[in-house]
Amino acid sequence: MVEDIRILSPCGMLGYGFPIESFMNGIKEKPHGIIVDAGSTDAGPHKLGAGVSIVSRRAAKKDLEIIITNGTVNKIPIIIGSAGGAGAKKHVDWTLDIIDQIFQEHTISAKVAVIWGDIPNDMVMTANDLGKVTPLSPNIKPMTNDIIRETNGIVAQMGHEPILEALENGADIIVCGRAYDPAPFAALGIFHKKDPGLAYHLGKILECGALCAEPGTTKDCIMGTLKNDCFTVKSLNPNRRCTSISVAAHTFYEKEHPYILHGPGFILNLKNCCYKEDEGVVEVSNSQYIPIKPYLIKLEGARQAGYRTVVIAGVRDPILINHIEEIEKEVEAQVQRYYDEIPTEDYTIRFYNYGMNAVLGEKEKERFTGHEIGVLLEVTGNSQEIANSICATARSTLLHYGLENRKSTAGNLAFPFAPSDIEFGPVYEFSVYHLMEVDVNPFKIEYRQVNK
Amino acid sequence: MRTLYELAKVLRSKNSGPFELTLDILFDSIEDYQLVKDSGKISVNAICDLYNLSKEEVRHLVFYDQALGVKITILRDIPSGSIGDRDVYGAQQHAPLMNIRF
Repeated sequence: MVEDIRILSPCGMLGYGFPIESFMNGIKEKPHGIIVDAGSTDAGPHKLGAGVSIVSRRAAKKDLEIIITNGTVNKIPIIIGSAGGAGAKKHVDWTLDIIDQIFQEHTISAKVAVIWGDIPNDMVMTANDLGKVTPLSPNIKPMTNDIIRETNGIVAQMGHEPILEALENGADIIVCGRAYDPAPFAALGIFHKKDPGLAYHLGKILECGALCAEPGTTKDCIMGTLKNDCFTVKSLNPNRRCTSISVAAHTFYEKEHPYILHGPGFILNLKNCCYKEDEGVVEVSNSQYIPIKPYLIKLEGARQAGYRTVVIAGVRDPILINHIEEIEKEVEAQVQRYYDEIPTEDYTIRFYNYGMNAVLGEKEKERFTGHEIGVLLEVTGNSQEIANSICATARSTLLHYGLENRKSTAGNLAFPFAPSDIEFGPVYEFSVYHLMEVDVNPFKIEYRQVNK
Repeated sequence: MRTLYELAKVLRSKNSGPFELTLDILFDSIEDYQLVKDSGKISVNAICDLYNLSKEEVRHLVFYDQALGVKITILRDIPSGSIGDRDVYGAQQHAPLMNIRF
């Protein structure tokens, strides 16, 4: 029998913050690891495309300082998943730089393992030529060499294997590039010889911090305990509690299927799971790990799709609101006629009428009622100059549009800001979201001894 | 008659990856869950109708008894964060479900 393995998850995203009291409640229980997820594709392709992070450097440092100072002094391994948000080299370097600063400021020495999640373009091209790259869903285009060339670097989600290797080599801190969110948690459990199905399922629950508790939040700590035939989760903040429904419901979260979860090299079948609750502690059993051959990893990549300029304005005049959609179409037509030297495929003009149908678009079935709307005018173009020019003309055309029966001849739009036009810069799109078959582990591990 | 909004404890939408949206309906009573499950009103046809989709665009519609929940996963018209997307996190796409009556 192996002892119970306790995993402290400080928050759902490194840099979101957490109450220090909750964290110290966790430290008191002598956890076997502090593991935090730092990544997501939720905020869209911009982070990966532009190489920027989701949280501020200041916020990431605040969280890391608490985690690292308490972790290293107590000899608790620390694992960071999907460093810097998107887990590409730029994001990992950003995280390592913060960690180095903390090491210097607190004179900490530690062995750091860095696991890179970047996948070389030529590796993807070779695999694609062999038919080993497939789109993840039918609304994704098949991979081509052109797409790969246009993509700003490709990352893949690592499973537990390279993280396990870093643990076996005695790393104190493991900084992972892009990782399958539950993988860093699962790696610690598997390192301590626990069942991989339970370890991955627990990882799935822990990776969002206290979101599996009630009231749920990503900004608080949660403790997971892996036993031999089950795991338990409990809140480290007395103001929250885990219930069998809150934990079972969290298994649902963000996944395509409620009980079949696809991960790197396996499927997790949670159909027969049992959730039992006792005084705020929820026990889960029967999570089943099924290895799958061939081994598939999920690739992610983003490419630039253009440049954007936007205007936001309020409309209060009821005559204008009554005709807003037809007027917007007419504005677009007038702008096209004015810029007859610019091919129409070089830009797009979009209006989002907030208060009317901006969120659901053509799927909106509710009849509009209301006395004001917010109009967001979005122009994207092949260059920033085109986006700016088209946007300025569309804005002034709508502002002065002379609709029939208009009494308000001075202007149609209430701008909250001056200047009204906001230059947004480059816009990205997910160009790669594919599965790739691999025979050998493509994730490179690098070890660094700091301050010794 | 009660609406799904009144019956459900959680009724939410979210991305499941940038190319799919997932709709979660969760209950805190077995009776309400069973009422909705047995009614047959949460069906592929109903979702196609509410969201203007073809049947092929509904990837999953699964009842998960342990969680007292239903999960529906649909394909996005426009991937998260691409030009023309209206909801990057996909977090406001649940509203059309709220007024289904039981």
